[in-house]
Amino acid sequence: MMNAVPISWFLTLSAILFALGVAGFLFRRNIITVFMSIELMLNAVNLSFVTFAYQHKEVSGHLFTFFVMVVAAAEAAVGLAIILTVFKGRSTLNIDDVNSMKN
Amino acid sequence: MDVILFLIFALIAVVCAINVVVQTHPISSALSLVGVMGSLAVLYLLLGAEFIAAAQVIVYAGAIMVLFVFVIMLLNAGAETRTGRSYLIPGAPLLVLFLGLLAFFVQRIFPDTTMVRFGGFTGGGPAEIGHALFTTYLLPFEVTSILILVAIIGAIVLARKEIE
Repeated sequence: MMNAVPISWFLTLSAILFALGVAGFLFRRNIITVFMSIELMLNAVNLSFVTFAYQHKEVSGHLFTFFVMVVAAAEAAVGLAIILTVFKGRSTLNIDDVNSMKN
Repeated sequence: MDVILFLIFALIAVVCAINVVVQTHPISSALSLVGVMGSLAVLYLLLGAEFIAAAQVIVYAGAIMVLFVFVIMLLNAGAETRTGRSYLIPGAPLLVLFLGLLAFFVQRIFPDTTMVRFGGFTGGGPAEIGHALFTTYLLPFEVTSILILVAIIGAIVLARKEIE
């Protein structure tokens, strides 16, 4: 039995989570779920950053993860405020119904 | 021991991530996303990132997901209604194929020269993070504070009632 985890396993997990986030972003129709898929992708990228920080024995990767978290928090606040505004005007959460910029 | 820990929490993360994508009700997706974030925090601990693991639990699983759950409850969001045709039949095999290719290439590009073991990297504590944050990354840190200020003002402006 191995006692240590190969670094590629972490990167594979990160890639799988990112791909699932992309799938959710593309296939879901609820605007809140689409938003959560974006958070899932950001988390996957964070895992890559921390893994490479381990590989290079560098603390910079952790700092970038920290900044990504801050940006995600700001994005969640503004994005959910936008969702609230859209819902007040249209009473729908389906992104197919919010298409006034299409024509 | 490390391998068992990794496999357990990687499995939890992947299952919860699949659940985020396939659940039709947003509250189920939100709770699954909390599971993903919690298991990722354990993996961060395994990689020696103690500060990031704590911040992950507090900021992501605590603050951001509470915000999501608040909005879901506030808007009384129900289960998603199907519009148009379903893409599940062509999409699911393609996704599995894509994931397999992705895993294959990651394994090929990064040969297993570096092995992760618990305690192999101890430079991720709050002291080291704080030191780097206030010396090398001082300017990004200050810019981040302005970003948060802008986000707060933007959220207030967007969500307030219109004054006639």
